[in-house]
Amino acid sequence: MAKYMLLIYGDAEQWESMTPEQGAAHDAAHVAFRDSAGVQIIGGHELVSSPVATSLRADAAGDVMLTDGPFLETKEALGGYYLLEADDLDQVVKLASLLPEVRAGHSGVEIRPVLEHE
Amino acid sequence: MTDAVGAAVALAHRREWAQVLATTAQATGDLDLAEECAQDAFARALKTWPQTGIPDRPGAWLTQVARNQARDELRRREAFRRRMPLLVTDEAAAGPDAGLDDDRLRLIFTCCHPALAREAQAALTLRLVCGLSTSEVARAFLVSPATMGARITRAKKKIAEARIPYRAPAPDQLGARVGVVLEVVQLIFTTGHTAPAGPRLIRHDLLDRALDLGRLLHLLMPTDAEVSAQLALMLLIDARSASRVGDDGRLLLLEEQDRSRWDTDQINEGVALLVRALRHHNPSRYALQAAIAAVHAEAKTWADTDWPAIVALYDRLLTLWPSKVVALNRAAAIGMRDGPHAGLEQLDPLLADPTLATYPYLSAARADFLRQLREWDKAAAAYEEAIALTGNDPERRFLTERLEAVRRASA
Repeated sequence: MAKYMLLIYGDAEQWESMTPEQGAAHDAAHVAFRDSAGVQIIGGHELVSSPVATSLRADAAGDVMLTDGPFLETKEALGGYYLLEADDLDQVVKLASLLPEVRAGHSGVEIRPVLEHE
Repeated sequence: MTDAVGAAVALAHRREWAQVLATTAQATGDLDLAEECAQDAFARALKTWPQTGIPDRPGAWLTQVARNQARDELRRREAFRRRMPLLVTDEAAAGPDAGLDDDRLRLIFTCCHPALAREAQAALTLRLVCGLSTSEVARAFLVSPATMGARITRAKKKIAEARIPYRAPAPDQLGARVGVVLEVVQLIFTTGHTAPAGPRLIRHDLLDRALDLGRLLHLLMPTDAEVSAQLALMLLIDARSASRVGDDGRLLLLEEQDRSRWDTDQINEGVALLVRALRHHNPSRYALQAAIAAVHAEAKTWADTDWPAIVALYDRLLTLWPSKVVALNRAAAIGMRDGPHAGLEQLDPLLADPTLATYPYLSAARADFLRQLREWDKAAAAYEEAIALTGNDPERRFLTERLEAVRRASA
């Protein structure tokens, strides 16, 4: 088994402008995903939208600088994540294909293997 | 003896490399290690066979040597690290296969996994399935060996770290995954058919590799209509390759070719495969392309070419596969059927298309219709454009001759 991070990217404005019906269908798809993945899910959360983010980076003198906003200013921001355990990439692709963000047009899911430090 | 051994090893390399590597990879679950051991086995054959004689089944000998060495190496590593390798035999063997249990098939599907970039898929297939060296693969795709080496290393790293499984796809996935494999084989074939650059029109080494791969896939999946159609397409096109270049290295157009030099056995084989593939209700794009190639192959003379049939096939192909290149070929076929005016009219809307902006065959097709209409100045401009866009020497020479003829006519 290996660990994989599913990073859900998309346009926050479009997420926030879902109708109640769309929102309900969206939530139901996440429930279906979590049911399918079952115990393979180790963690996961939806994140508060990216303008609320705070980014840290040290300057040349080593002083930590805080900036308001996400690390990368892009239209398609990180909206949430799942951490999964799976045998191989094919298994993760199959599960991740259930996520509603894959089909929403403005959004998508990135799969990143987790590097295990011993 | 040494010459015979050298030839036997070279033949075994071409025919058995994929099997030796695939079986070793299956036993170890480690592509890099399998590749090293397969290379060592071929090197050892060069040293051993002069003394022992060439074995009756060179592939079996090579596989055994490679696998033993891989097992020894894994044992050494395990003792050294005192832990299991990342992928062990049992795990690599698990997983649903579509009854396609040939190791070579697993190897091909792993190299052509959709999570890899198309360029990486083709490079890995040439490197791992065909056994080409990194510099040979680099030459095929016109990049430096260092760039290609980095690309291959990166793809192998992704296979290991993202855990792209070493197996053929499950039945419900097979359709989509075969498509990717066929596109890779087709890419290798097309690159060989008209080399994007260089002194030769045709790269026979790449054509042979693509045909080997097509035959292998057909052997492993004999009932897959798309696989049959793609092999048919390659056979029908390759059957004409001997006549495409004159003795002086000059490119010969289809209308100038000596049809007696076409390989009739290969044409018959391609047509037979195509006929079987066409029994399916929804022919693939390869089946339609092969049908077009078959119409050309079966015309006794250039004048006998059945252009209405070819246009009709392009019509269907364009609906199935709306590619700009198909639209261009269809436009050219309409010009052949209805004359140069009609051809130019069909080509005109394609001029604005950015995907064809650097495609030399659009300019070349226009140039030819303009030449037929005796629009010398416009034809010359179109030939100049085509010359600037092609990177292939025989093509450039052909176009330059045409340009000079057009200029003489206008003077």
